Amino acid sequence: MTQGPYIIDDRAAQTFRLNRRTLADPAVLDEERRRIFEHAWIYAGHESEVRAPGDFRTRDVCGRPVIFCRDGAGGVRLFLNTCRHRAALVCREREGNCSGYYCFYHGWTYDRDGRLVGVPGEDSYPAHFDRSKFGLMEVPCAENYRGFWFASFDPDIQPLHGWLAGAKEYIDLVVDQSPSGRMEIIQGTQEYDIRANWKLLVENSFDDYHLASTHATWLGYMKDAGVNIRPPKGLLLPAHGVGRDLGNGHAVIDNTNFRGRPVAAWISIYGEDAKREIDAIREELIQRLGPERAARVAGTNRNLVIFPNLVINDGSSVTVRAFWPLAVDHMRVTAFALGPAEESESARARRLDSFLTFYGPGGFATPDDVEALEAVQAGLATWREVPWSEMSRGMNKTGEQLNTDELHLRTFWRRWNAMMTAELDA
Amino acid sequence: MSARANTITRAEVEDFLYAEAALLDDWRLDDWLGLLTDDATYQIPSNDRPDSDPRTALFTIADDMDRIRARVKRLKDVNAHAESPRSRTRRMIANVRILDVTDGALTVTANFVVNRFRRGSPTREYVGHYRYTLVTTPDGLRIRSRRAVLDAAELGELGAVSFIL
Repeated sequence: MTQGPYIIDDRAAQTFRLNRRTLADPAVLDEERRRIFEHAWIYAGHESEVRAPGDFRTRDVCGRPVIFCRDGAGGVRLFLNTCRHRAALVCREREGNCSGYYCFYHGWTYDRDGRLVGVPGEDSYPAHFDRSKFGLMEVPCAENYRGFWFASFDPDIQPLHGWLAGAKEYIDLVVDQSPSGRMEIIQGTQEYDIRANWKLLVENSFDDYHLASTHATWLGYMKDAGVNIRPPKGLLLPAHGVGRDLGNGHAVIDNTNFRGRPVAAWISIYGEDAKREIDAIREELIQRLGPERAARVAGTNRNLVIFPNLVINDGSSVTVRAFWPLAVDHMRVTAFALGPAEESESARARRLDSFLTFYGPGGFATPDDVEALEAVQAGLATWREVPWSEMSRGMNKTGEQLNTDELHLRTFWRRWNAMMTAELDA
Repeated sequence: MSARANTITRAEVEDFLYAEAALLDDWRLDDWLGLLTDDATYQIPSNDRPDSDPRTALFTIADDMDRIRARVKRLKDVNAHAESPRSRTRRMIANVRILDVTDGALTVTANFVVNRFRRGSPTREYVGHYRYTLVTTPDGLRIRSRRAVLDAAELGELGAVSFIL
């Protein structure tokens, strides 16, 4: 290949370089669609978004219009949103509750279970036309882990549990924040575009090396509010954290908390009035999980990347963030807030407020991430002249890798490279 | 004060909103803070929940006065990278209506088009309506609450709301 490999990964030489073409060449995106997205588990939604029979959300999953819904018996279903007659969408509302799905083009009607129940002028079809064979099609594979539903368009993909590998441990740390084990997506969706390659948001979502410079104003805001942001000796950040490879391309940064947590670590920004309730939330965790597990859940933050394109950031609040490439240099981000279903009104309000101090398109940090990624993408126009990015932080060490090292980024890229260079079945 | 509120005309409200828009377009953010009461709020709801409450729904922005001051401090910092260099904005305020006057507070609505320009970025056009609570003071009208509701189904290509909308 005249353009060289996607990555140069030489552990003996402590070298990891990324070919910038992977972020800038439209041909690479075409290959990603074929080799990665078609053979991955792609996040589709959370069970709390559809509660009652007939509840639905329409969304894009892996480039397809999908109806994420509850059928008549209350089961979660992922229908492909296309009429079996001549393809039109059968549901054009963003969300709601329905008795069935209706194609207005020629009037075909489906029930909540996807069965075709109405065909105007059915007697004009030949004798072989069998209505029961024209139900809504479903995504080939749909499975969930603790309420997080994923879809795959590869019928031979390994089961979700195996795919998630070590990421399950970190999803558990999030779900354990709910006394009943029920987390819910909170209403209100942040949907915004970044004019950058989708993989730059993978990197950015758990790259703590950028925090001090990109988020200087957020750290300043924390400091003004009385939070101690002085880095201990030997660290770049106010608290210790590590990067971990969780298998199958998933990785995490696992950090001692300094920035406050709705469940449950008080900081001055929450106000004196909040202390008592946060103490009570912490006490419930200790009673339910024991002191060690409670400290793990409430005293550490985690930014989790689930390969290829789902991020769960459990820090100042919990955000579930999925993103999809619209072009090689353009992505659509969809971000939600997640919280315990039984959270009190005051704790919920505090969680949402805490979310906005950092995250989201109006937050004190995310807009600067967007700017950083767009600055990277602009710089990437030089990929033919400046072909390599340097991603070797931490390779000079054995043992623990810091959150400001790049082991977790390399973990993603190694899996990405493996899938992009694997022999494909004919 | 309440007696005065009852006599405020739409033209006076329009003058006030135009003056506010000029301060924001000129990035005179400290002067803009002077238009707010000490208990002011500034909100942008998520596009899919325009009528919601920030205590129960995720917003794009839901600032109290402390957070508004922190936002202005951040925006004046060269390290607010999303606005460094700054956007140029141009605001059009129209369809101004006084919906209600109660206890000295005016509920006002107005449509807006805010065009945002930045080198290397496409022109971004934010369209929607404001809902204000204005109060009369010896120094003139002041803003107690300010909510910008976007009409776009999602932020999408509008990207981030890194400036004061």
